[in-house]
Amino acid sequence: MAITTRVVERPVNEASYVRATFQGLALTFKHLVDPHKVTVQYPEEKWDIGPRWRGTHRMLTTEDGKAKCVACGLCPTVCPANCIKLVPGVDAEGNRYPAVFDIDEFRCIFCGYCQEVCPEEAIHLGRHYENAEYDRKDFVYDLTRLTSQTHAVCEMWDPADPRGE
Amino acid sequence: MTHALFALLQVADPQRSPTDGMFILFGLIKAVAAFGIYMLCVAYTTLAERRVAGWIQDRLGPNRVGWEGFLQPIADGVKNFMKEEALPGSGNTVLFILAPAMAFVPAMITWAVIPFGSPLPVPGVGLVDMVVADLPVGFLFTLAISSLGVYGITIAGWSSNNKYALLGGLRASAQMISYEIAMGMSTVCVLLLAGNVNLNAVVAQQASQGWNVVLLTLAFFIFAVAGLAETNRVPFDLPEAESELIAGYHAEYSSMRYSMFPLAEYANIITSSSLMITLFFGGWDIPFTQWDNLPPWTVTKTLLTMGLYVFKVMFFVFAFIWLRWTLPRFRYDQLMSLGWKVLLPMALVYITVVASLVLGLDAAGLARTSYAYRGAFLGMNLVFVVLVFWVLDRGRIVSPAFSRLERDRITRLQTAAARSDLLTGKGA
Repeated sequence: MAITTRVVERPVNEASYVRATFQGLALTFKHLVDPHKVTVQYPEEKWDIGPRWRGTHRMLTTEDGKAKCVACGLCPTVCPANCIKLVPGVDAEGNRYPAVFDIDEFRCIFCGYCQEVCPEEAIHLGRHYENAEYDRKDFVYDLTRLTSQTHAVCEMWDPADPRGE
Repeated sequence: MTHALFALLQVADPQRSPTDGMFILFGLIKAVAAFGIYMLCVAYTTLAERRVAGWIQDRLGPNRVGWEGFLQPIADGVKNFMKEEALPGSGNTVLFILAPAMAFVPAMITWAVIPFGSPLPVPGVGLVDMVVADLPVGFLFTLAISSLGVYGITIAGWSSNNKYALLGGLRASAQMISYEIAMGMSTVCVLLLAGNVNLNAVVAQQASQGWNVVLLTLAFFIFAVAGLAETNRVPFDLPEAESELIAGYHAEYSSMRYSMFPLAEYANIITSSSLMITLFFGGWDIPFTQWDNLPPWTVTKTLLTMGLYVFKVMFFVFAFIWLRWTLPRFRYDQLMSLGWKVLLPMALVYITVVASLVLGLDAAGLARTSYAYRGAFLGMNLVFVVLVFWVLDRGRIVSPAFSRLERDRITRLQTAAARSDLLTGKGA
């Protein structure tokens, strides 16, 4: 007998078998006929996901359809998973723009630092979870993909409203 | 060839003339129909189990394939056939392949002797019994065959060359032996009352005397518990106890060969339910009326009694499933102690009392169908029900966790634990 073994005495006086079984059967029968079921019939019904849900990214655009990003380089710097690849470019008017902006969603840990650090409010995490692809390389989202996403974006944690109300 | 067949048929039913061609024809029809319906029921019991499990756990269960999941068993079957089969490298391959069939077939054979309806009149032929094989020793046949199913499980465990599978197989055989005795003993009471081992005679006795569950409730209770143990269902599913033996005897099985074991379990449930009904719930008898038990036999009577029989079987199958999703599993020593120390003595005492009562009442010259006879049994039954389900049910534990230790040793350990912080873990 191991030194730490504790002998637990059962409440023998309260023990019963047949009656306890019938009580248990009554309880399970109550659940059996209970019309309230917790199952969500997934493809038809979906859960409402929270406003701070952090899913796959989305790049917001200006009115003329260009990405809001100014290629400042803050998001690749802050990214702890090192999943953002940014190559800046300069257009004819001298404005910086992202020539390449790839996010590897497999590397991403969905911490949301990129959204938090972005001075232009360009890159956002999305309130979205259906991300299946047929090919692994499709999980590296390029700028076209990021700007064409339409799902709602994550509302980051606000210290003034810690519960998100 | 045909002579051998006739000889076999005569062995099956000596009352028939061996040249009775119609008997062969109807035997064939009944066998094929019963087999088909039985297999269909087994398949749909798997669906019933999963849906009822879902509902009990506030889920929905499989409801996607076909209307409310009605094609799910077919989808499961296709899936299992398509899966890869793996054979254990160092196991006994022949026995490994044979075992699933050995587990499945006995459950099916048992069903052959169970009557499922009142005789059907067929123009030009006469009465056709609604039982596949009306054996004169019907009940002994079911006892003999139903315990054969455990060979499949034990051999599956042995041939897998896997320690968990072997343990599961051994548990199954030990469990079967222990509960087979209690089961046989509990049915002795029924046979005493019926005075016959033919299952049709047992049904007829209950039609005239009242259902055995009313007269012999304790025997039914023992039979039901033993039946649960024999079908390896929760709370007695020790052979496949996931938490300790992975999947027990079928740990090494895959594909359709694996699937045969659950199917055998469901087949056993149906057979066990049918036996319970035949022995204790009047078989195909419609209660509170003698209309269905007396000639003239009509097609309507056959259909009604068969319908009621199917309904009773369905109820008991549901009860099996219901119990499974209600009760936790027994510990192994509790299982053994329940079988040997509770059910067996209980059954022995009960046999003695029932036999004395039958002997005494017969000696007193009472007719078996008279109200005095039935009343005496009802009174005896009431005493036992109150005693077992009310008085003895409270304040006792089947093999508690501390029963293997001496009482004073426990006290010594407890005082030592109270003295030392190290023992209670507080000092760490």
